[in-house]
Amino acid sequence: MARYIGKRLIYMILTLALIATFTFFLMKILPGSPIASAGKLSPEQRAVVEEAYGLNDPLPVQYFNYMFNLAQGDLGISINQFKGAPVTDLILSRMGPSAQIGFQGMVLGTIIGILLGMIAALRQNTWVDYSSTLIAIIGISIPSFVFASMLQYFFGLKLEWFPVALWKDGFMSSVLPSIALAMFPLATAARFIRTEMIEVLGSDYITLAKAKGASGSEIAFKHAFRNALIPLITVLGPMTVGILTGSLVVEQIFAIPGIGEQFVKSIMVNDFSIIMGTTIFFSVFLIVVILIVDILYGIIDPRIRLSGGKSS
Amino acid sequence: MRNSKVFWLLSLVLVLSAFLAACGGGEDTSTEPSDSEGDKEKESASGEMDSVQELNLMESAEIPTMDSALAEDAVAFNIMNNVNEGLYRLNQENVAEPAVAEGEPEISEDGLTYTFKLRDAKWSDGSPVTAQDFVFSWQRAVDPATGSPYGPYMMAGTIKNAAAISEGKMDKAELGVEAKDEKTLVVTLERPVPYFMSLMAFGTFLPQKEAFVTEKGDAYASNSENLLYNGPFTLTNWDGTGLTWTMEKNPEYWDAETVKLDKINVDVVKESGTGVNLYTSGEKDRAGLSGEYAMQYADDPEVVRELEPTVFYLKFNQERNGKETPLANVNIRKAISMAYNKQDLVDVVLANGSLPADFLVPTEFTFDESKKDFREVNGKMNEFNAEEAKKLWETGLKELGVTEVTLEMLGGDSELAKKMDEYMKSQLEGNLEGLTINLKAVPFAVRLELDEKQDYDIQNSGWGPDYQDPMTFLDLFVTGSAQNKMGYSNPEFDKLIEQAKGELAQDIPARWEAMAKAEKILIEDDAAIAGIYQRGIMSLQKPYVHDIVVHPFGGDFSYKWAYISGKE
Repeated sequence: MARYIGKRLIYMILTLALIATFTFFLMKILPGSPIASAGKLSPEQRAVVEEAYGLNDPLPVQYFNYMFNLAQGDLGISINQFKGAPVTDLILSRMGPSAQIGFQGMVLGTIIGILLGMIAALRQNTWVDYSSTLIAIIGISIPSFVFASMLQYFFGLKLEWFPVALWKDGFMSSVLPSIALAMFPLATAARFIRTEMIEVLGSDYITLAKAKGASGSEIAFKHAFRNALIPLITVLGPMTVGILTGSLVVEQIFAIPGIGEQFVKSIMVNDFSIIMGTTIFFSVFLIVVILIVDILYGIIDPRIRLSGGKSS
Repeated sequence: MRNSKVFWLLSLVLVLSAFLAACGGGEDTSTEPSDSEGDKEKESASGEMDSVQELNLMESAEIPTMDSALAEDAVAFNIMNNVNEGLYRLNQENVAEPAVAEGEPEISEDGLTYTFKLRDAKWSDGSPVTAQDFVFSWQRAVDPATGSPYGPYMMAGTIKNAAAISEGKMDKAELGVEAKDEKTLVVTLERPVPYFMSLMAFGTFLPQKEAFVTEKGDAYASNSENLLYNGPFTLTNWDGTGLTWTMEKNPEYWDAETVKLDKINVDVVKESGTGVNLYTSGEKDRAGLSGEYAMQYADDPEVVRELEPTVFYLKFNQERNGKETPLANVNIRKAISMAYNKQDLVDVVLANGSLPADFLVPTEFTFDESKKDFREVNGKMNEFNAEEAKKLWETGLKELGVTEVTLEMLGGDSELAKKMDEYMKSQLEGNLEGLTINLKAVPFAVRLELDEKQDYDIQNSGWGPDYQDPMTFLDLFVTGSAQNKMGYSNPEFDKLIEQAKGELAQDIPARWEAMAKAEKILIEDDAAIAGIYQRGIMSLQKPYVHDIVVHPFGGDFSYKWAYISGKE
C-alpha cells in the first residue's frame, strides 16, 4: 500500500507539472493584456509598465521563472485584480467560504440523495419511487442560478428566515447557498443509488442471501447498498472538488467572498498569476481526491483492493 | 404586511439602541446640536437629521488597489475620492474647488507655473499634509519602477517632463513639481492646461506621505491599516481582497464639520438581482438597476436617474489590412450615421435613461464660464433621417461603383451589447438597400486587440472622460492617436485640436470655439464616427438618503455632504 501511494505521489507531481505547463502556454495565447489601461499608453510607456510586471521577458524565460517559483511554493502576485497581493493569500482567504458552503452542500445533497435513491429502489415503481425520480430530475435540470435566485427570493426576502445575501451572519449566511449547491449532488446520488441498487437487488448473491434467511434490512444495507456505492464514489470524488472549489453562480448570487468567481474573473481580465494559482490549486485538490477515491474503492470492495501496485 | 411589521420592529430597535448609545457616550450628544443646525441650512423636506447617520451601499467590484499611484478603475477612484483629498475637489455643482489647496493658486503669465498654498490639513495619524507629500506621490506615479499605467497617462504632456520620466529617459526628480516649503507647492506644466484645476481633483494626483509609504514597503495600501487618509472619511475593515469594507468619519479632516455621515457600510454585490433584493429588504440604501431591472422599476418612485458623461459611438474603419474599406467614402459613412433611429434605441432597447447621442462630447459634462453647456454650441449633428441617409447612400454606392456592400460590425458580448447590435443591424439593413452587416460579438479584451490591429469595419465603441474638458473626447481622433485605429486623418481637425491645446490655451472663448468646430468637422462634415447614445444610469435610492453627489469623472460619488433624514 505504502509503495503504491509513493508511486502515485510521483505521478501526481508529474501530472501537476504538465498541467502547469499547459495552462501557462494556453493562458499566454489569451488575447489582451493584463494591464487594464494598456490602450491608453504610448508604446514606450507600455513597455515600461510591462517590464515592471516581468511581462517583457521571452516566453521561455517567463515560463522557467514561474516554474522555479512554483517549485518553491511561490504563486506570485496578482497583476490587476488585487495589485500586489500574493496569490497564495488570496486563495487561502477566498477558499474558506467556498469550502464551507461546498462541504455543507455536498454532505446534505449526498445524504438526502442516497436516502431518496434507496427508498426509490426498495419501493420500485410506487409513488415513492416516482416522486424521488421527479426530485432528481428537477435537481439536475433547474439551472443553479434560477434555483439560487428562487431560494433567495422566498426564504431570504419574503419569509426572512435567512439573510438575503452577504457573508455576515456566520452559519445562517451559509444555509441558502449550501442548499443551492446541494441540488446537483442530491440528484446525482439519488439516480446512481437507485439504478445500482435495483441491479444489485436482482443479482444471484442477493437471492442466495435471501435463501439463507438474511433479513430484509441486512440485505438492503450490508449487501445492496455497499455495492451500489462504488459507482457513486467515482462520480462524487471529482464532483466534491468541483463544488468545494467554488461555484461562480452561487457565490455571485449570494455575494460570497469565494474562490469560484475569482477564478472566472481572473481569466476575463488576464490576471496571469491568479489564473495559474487557482488552476494549480484546483488540480492539486482534484489529484488528491482521485487518489483518495482509489483507496476508498479498496475499502468498500475487497475485489479491487490494491497491493504491491499490481492494479495500476 | 409581515414584512413591514418586522421592518418597523427593526427600526424601533435601531432607534432605541441609538438613544441608549447617545445617553452612554458624552461625545455623541455633544455633536448632535451642531449637526441639526447644519441641517437647517439644507432645504431638506423632512427637516430633522436622524440620530443614526449610517449609509449602507454596494459596489459592483472589489477594490483592486488603494494606492493612488496604481489605481486605474472606477471603484478605487470612487473610494479614494471619499477617503483622500487632493489640491482640489469637485463640489456639489461638479465644479473643482480648493480642497487641500488654500484658495486659488498663483498662476504665472504664461500659464505654465502654478503656485499652490496648502491649508492646515492633516493625515489620519495627525501629521500635517505637506507639499512634499504631493511631490513624492506624483514622482512615484510616473516612476517606471512603480509600473503605474495611469500616472504616465494622466501626467504625460501635462506636467513638465512626465513623458520622458515615464519612458525611463529622465530621472523622476526632474518632474515639474516642487515643494518650496512645507506649505507651498509649485507645479510646472508642459503647456498651458485650461482644465488643470479639475485635473487636481483626480485620484492620480492625491498626496502620499513618504515616511509612511517607505516604512510600509510592499505592504503599503495592502489593507485599510496600511494606509493614511486625509479625506472626509477613513477606510476601515478592508482586508485587501475582501468583499466588504467600511468608511468612517475622519475626525482629522479639515472640513469635518461639513461631514454628517458617521459610517458607510459597503459590500460588493456583483449580481444586480441580489442588489435589488438587498435594497428591498432594507439592508442597503441604494442599488444600481441594470438591463431588465431598469425596465421593471422604471416607474418606481424611488428611482433616481443620472446621466453619465460616457458616450457610445460607431467607429468607421477606413483602412483595413492596408486596403481602403467602403467606409473610406464620406457619403457611405454619413449615410450609415443617419440611418438608425437613436430615440427608439434608448427608449426600447436600452430603457435605462440613456440619451440619443447626436454628438461626441456629452451633455451636462463641461460648461463655459457663464455655465453654458458645451453641448449647446453645436447642438445635434447627423440626426436620424432615413430619407437623407438613402440619398447619401446611393451617391456613395455610385462613387464606389458598386451596388452592394458587406460590412462587419464589431461589438461587445454582453446581453445588452448583443441586443443593441442586433437592433443596429436591422435598422441599417432596413434603411440602406444593398447593405449587409455581419455582427461579430467578442469579449472586451478581444475587441481591444482587434481595435489595436485595426481589424474591423465598424466598431461599437465607448469612452468615458479622464478630465473635465471636451478635449478628453476630441483628441482621441487626431491623426495617429492610440484611439484612432480607424485610418481617420483630417489636417484641419488636427490643427484645431493642436491650437486648442497650444496657442489658444489661455484664450478660453476662442479655445471653446475651436473645439466646437473640431467636433463639427469630426461628426457632421467627415462622419468619422457616429454617435449612438450617452449612457444613463438608474438606481433605487431610499427616500431618507440625501445629497449623495454624483460626479462626471474621477470618483463617481461624494458622500461628504450626504446625510440620513427620515429613516427613523
